[in-house]
Amino acid sequence: MDFVDTPAEAAFRAEVRAWLGEHLKGEFAALGPGNGPSDETGWEVRVEWEKLLGADRWVGLTWPKQYGGREANVAEQIIFNEEYTRANAPTRLSFFGEGLFAPTLIQFGTEEQKQRFLPKIQNVSEMWCQGFSEPNAGSDLANIQTRAVLDGDEWVITGQKVWTTLAHRADWCFVVCRTDPESSSHHGLTYLLCPMNQPGIEVRPLRQMTGSAEFNEVFFDGARTAKENALGPVGEGWKVAMATLGHERGTAFMSSQLAFEGEFAQLLEVAQKNGAAGEPALRDELARSYAGLQVMKYNGMRMLTNLVKTGAVGPEASIGKLYWTTWHKSFGETAMRVIGADALTVQCAQDGRYEIDDLHYVFMASRAETIYAGASEIQRNIIGERVLGLPREPR
Amino acid sequence: MNFAFSEEQEELRRTVRQFLEAKSPETEVRRLMETAEGYDTSVWKQMGQELGLQGLAIPEEYGGQGFTFIELGIVLEEMGRVLLCAPYFASAVLAANAILNAGTDAQKAALLPPIATGDTIAALAFTEPSGKWDAAGITLEATPDGDHYLLSGEKMFVIDGAIADLIVVVARTAGTTGTEGISFFTVSGNAKGLTRTALSTMDMTRKQAKLEFDKVVAEPLGAPGAGWPAFSKTLDQAAVALSNEMMGGAQKVLEMSVEYAKVRVQFGRPIGSFQAIKHKCADMLLEVESGKSAAYYASWAAAEDNEELPVVAALSKAYCSEAYFHATAENIQIHGGIGFTWEHPAHLYFKRAKSSEIYLGDPTYHRELLAQRIGI
Repeated sequence: MDFVDTPAEAAFRAEVRAWLGEHLKGEFAALGPGNGPSDETGWEVRVEWEKLLGADRWVGLTWPKQYGGREANVAEQIIFNEEYTRANAPTRLSFFGEGLFAPTLIQFGTEEQKQRFLPKIQNVSEMWCQGFSEPNAGSDLANIQTRAVLDGDEWVITGQKVWTTLAHRADWCFVVCRTDPESSSHHGLTYLLCPMNQPGIEVRPLRQMTGSAEFNEVFFDGARTAKENALGPVGEGWKVAMATLGHERGTAFMSSQLAFEGEFAQLLEVAQKNGAAGEPALRDELARSYAGLQVMKYNGMRMLTNLVKTGAVGPEASIGKLYWTTWHKSFGETAMRVIGADALTVQCAQDGRYEIDDLHYVFMASRAETIYAGASEIQRNIIGERVLGLPREPR
Repeated sequence: MNFAFSEEQEELRRTVRQFLEAKSPETEVRRLMETAEGYDTSVWKQMGQELGLQGLAIPEEYGGQGFTFIELGIVLEEMGRVLLCAPYFASAVLAANAILNAGTDAQKAALLPPIATGDTIAALAFTEPSGKWDAAGITLEATPDGDHYLLSGEKMFVIDGAIADLIVVVARTAGTTGTEGISFFTVSGNAKGLTRTALSTMDMTRKQAKLEFDKVVAEPLGAPGAGWPAFSKTLDQAAVALSNEMMGGAQKVLEMSVEYAKVRVQFGRPIGSFQAIKHKCADMLLEVESGKSAAYYASWAAAEDNEELPVVAALSKAYCSEAYFHATAENIQIHGGIGFTWEHPAHLYFKRAKSSEIYLGDPTYHRELLAQRIGI
């Protein structure tokens, strides 16, 4: 057990810090940290920033060197995230491409697929979105109805996906389709990679309670993609999709911890200004929230140590997902109580548009977090059945 | 970054678990909790002579094994798992650390070796009838008297205070308040003027005593009047130790719940297949694992004796207390009627959890400490 940097880790930390010191200036520094993977504030500037990161291989940090990565180990990943957050650098745009798709691609892709897609994730010339959920496939994700059939050397996709974050910004979608029409449940599915910019695809924004519309409905009406754009074997898309979900529930949210630390600091400042920090009940809530946040960090370090040992994110990732989403929701509620009467109004409402500040955003957006990437109830089923070995619910 | 136990530490855990499973089965716990002294002298001897547990974290120069708080945490977790009835927490954790923190080199060399072997059972008397866990709670007065001091006043909730051979007492110089004028003293368990009364405890597996001091002759431990930093550190270390002990019990009741949910059939199927029960178990696991993360991290901070210790001690005590109590309460609910009976062990853990939650200060108290320590 040791939480002090080794000489190699200290050198890596110094490198990250130096790079950020050199590059995080002007309009990039002005952006500051935003509100997580779906935040669209300052999009164009953030694309430029992401390209700078990519050019120096901070995108693809953990990838094998042959694909332009740095083969960073878990400790280095954590160090990068720590320094990145400490520097108040902008929210990353790479959650879906670098965070979810790339590790799945590295695990399941052919050499050609890796050569084709990884460099463009790294140089930020292609953005990705995730085509999993459907109107009738939410918690019951295996009930996917979107179909794909082979027409010569192309897949033709028909169906509807929903809650597709940033689909309107994406160049590609990793989309799980039913390719065996006779199949049901998790059999007969295939994980396809489909270009977004084509007549067969229509993206319609879904406005959320936050007032913004980072989610979308995506309609596939004869959308086409090349036959070789199946990731993993045809008919075994469920396995590939589960790997993506494993990343989504596990490592991809590592950087959230640090964003939350920033949110807590922001709330603490409010509490000290408005006197809430001296009010016993709110003071207790703040301390509870802080304790919960630190425990999240310790949990994360234990999970990652285990990841290094076993090489895989197990079902324990569900504990992490259940923990952080529950904590964040509760933090958002605490934030409203700490802000007090001032929480009744939103600060940035202009031009009749419903706009909200960061802490109101946390309060509202966190409601989605216990729903997406497997609702808390699904996580509890996974923990109960796959970690604790309890019998399955009759289905 | 490496947040895992080493192979040697895992081996220590296996050894201690094996020993405790043999020596402290539920039947023994029930037998000992009904006795006045509350422990088995032959098991205590074996712990000291065969495993060296009492001296595990005492430096080698004072007759111990020189391991760290991480190893001590592992041992306590295993003891909490089986509700071991023994004066280990009192002697090896509270008193030994108080002596290490407060004593001079000569005092440590004199006092610690017999504690390390288990030949001496020591206790730490600090809390008083006011039930305060901080400096303000210390009102027992120490008056200089020639080469010695005389102690007069009352101590309460002294773990294993009735059987201890050596009592480490936290007292105050007359006319001082707060963190000023705090001193440590040692007195013999059978000192003249000391009246010890065993208390009837809610948690019968851990004995407590009331100690009344009437001009008891005492030796100062460390510099008189300057004891607060050592006392504060001892309290933080005790909070870390107790956090680890609690998580051992929490893990055990989680296992009991899951096991029962797999075999208990209602409505024609195991109750663990119902989401109502399954989700309770999942939440218990989340809290137990999170509590372990906090307790282990706190052990590391205590082992390093770094500046994080005061923060993580308060944090882990607050979190682990609630996690443990919640797990023991859910364990009763999952077991249904049988879980409410005297013959089922669920109540033993339930009572230990609530006692541990209150001992050293409840979660609200520790969150207030945390708030102060992080500058809220």
